Amino acid sequence: MQGLAGRGSRGVLGLTVDPGTCVAISGPSGSGKSTLLRLIADLDPGIGTARIGAMEREAVPASRWRRQVVYVASDAGWWTTPVSAHMPDLPAARSLLAELGMPEALLEASPDDVSSGERQRLSLVRALVLRPRFLLLDEPTSALDQAAILLVEEMLQRFKRGGMGMLVVSHDSAQIARMADRHYVLSAGGLTELAA
Amino acid sequence: MTPIDLSATDLALAALSLIIGAGSSILLALDVHRSLAIAAIRMIAQLMLVGVTLRYVFAASSPWLTLSVAVAMMLAASYEVYSRQQFRFAGWSRFGLGGLPVTIATMLVTSLALSTALREASWLDARHTIPLLGIILGSAMNSTGLALNALLTGTRRERRAIEARLSLGADRHLALRDIRVSAARNGLIPVVNQMAGAGVITLPGIMTGQILAGMDPLDAAKYQILLMLLLAGAGVIGVLLSTQLFVYAITDERDRLRLDRISPK
Repeated sequence: MQGLAGRGSRGVLGLTVDPGTCVAISGPSGSGKSTLLRLIADLDPGIGTARIGAMEREAVPASRWRRQVVYVASDAGWWTTPVSAHMPDLPAARSLLAELGMPEALLEASPDDVSSGERQRLSLVRALVLRPRFLLLDEPTSALDQAAILLVEEMLQRFKRGGMGMLVVSHDSAQIARMADRHYVLSAGGLTELAA
Repeated sequence: MTPIDLSATDLALAALSLIIGAGSSILLALDVHRSLAIAAIRMIAQLMLVGVTLRYVFAASSPWLTLSVAVAMMLAASYEVYSRQQFRFAGWSRFGLGGLPVTIATMLVTSLALSTALREASWLDARHTIPLLGIILGSAMNSTGLALNALLTGTRRERRAIEARLSLGADRHLALRDIRVSAARNGLIPVVNQMAGAGVITLPGIMTGQILAGMDPLDAAKYQILLMLLLAGAGVIGVLLSTQLFVYAITDERDRLRLDRISPK
C-alpha cells in the first residue's frame, strides 16, 4: 500500500488516503478536524503514527515528511513580499493561476494587499507547485465565491487524477459530494465513515 | 593632574536640574516625577552600595572573593535578562536562554581583554577584573535581552508565517530565519548606535570620566576604543548565541513550533 495512513492511540482515528483519491472529513466545530490534519503533518506533538506506504513518519526528517505531506491552513501565513518570493516554481505558479482565472500580476503583489479569497487560492498554488504526494487541505475554499470554488475543485480533481492523495476538511456537503471518494465525520466518538 | 574630589554637596547640586525637571512635571501634569525620583534614588543607592562593596573587595584582594563577585554578577545579569521578557519559557530555557549567552559572551570577551590589551593585569585582581567584567556584562545583557524580547514577540506575532514555512518543508532554522535576523538587528541597535555616535554626537562616559580624572584625551580615547570594541563584541556574541539557542528552545526535535513552551508572565 502506498497510501497515507494514520492511527491514533485508541485506534479510533485510523485513516488511510490512497494516492489519487480524496478523503473528506466533516464534523462540528471544535471536534478536532484541523488538529487531525496538523498531527498528520507533524506540526503538533501527539500520540499516534502516520506513514506513507512502509515509510514511517518518524523515520524521516520532519522537513522531508512535510514536503511529501503538505498541510494548507484555511488562512495560511505569508513571510515575505511579493507573493512570487514564496513560489519555488514560478512558471508552474503562473500556469495554475491561469487555470484559476487569476491575473499573473498577483504574483508581484504583497500578500497583505490581496483579498482573503485571493490569498487562499495563492496558498493552494504555493503548495501545489511543490507537487507533494499528499495534500492536507483545511477548508480550502472557505473564503471563495461559488465560481471560484468550482475552479479550485476542478484543479484539485486534475491533480487527483495525476495521483495526488488528498485529505480535505470541509463543512460544504455539496463540495464533499463533488470531490470526495470517501467521507468521514469526526466527533467526540471518533471517526465514522459515511456511506457514499 | 589629580582627580577632583566630589563632596555630597557637589552631588546634591548636580541633582538640581533633575529636581527642577521633576518639579516642572508636577506643574505640567506630565506625571513623570515619581518614576524619575524612584529611578534616581535607586541609582544613587545602587552605585553607593557598589562603591562600598568594591572598596571592600579591592582591599581584601582575595581571588575567591573576586571569583564570587564575578559569579554573583553573572547570575544577577541572567535573572535581569529573564525578568525583562514579557513571556517566560518552561524548563531550562527560563533562565538559560538569556543566562548562557550573557555568561559565555562575558567570559570570552573578558578573557580576551585580560590576555591581550590588559595582559599586565592579573586575572584575579579585583581592581581590573570586576569593573571590566561589569561593563562587558552590561553590554551582553542589554543586547541579549533586546534580541530575546524581539524573538519572543516576533515568533508569537508571525506564528502563521512560520508554520506555513514548516508546512511547506522548511526546517526550523529556515522557518525562523527572518525572525532571527530581525531580532539580531534589534539586539545590536544600542551597540551600533553607541559606536556610530561616539566622539561625534556624544563624548562617551568612560572617556569623559577618565579625562575628568586627569588622563590625557588621546589615551582616554584609546581606552574608550578598546572598551567599545569589547562591548560590541560581547553584544554580538550574546545576540548570536541567544538567537541560535532560541531556535532549539521554541521548536522540538521534529521541527515543530512549540509556542506552548512559553506563557505570559
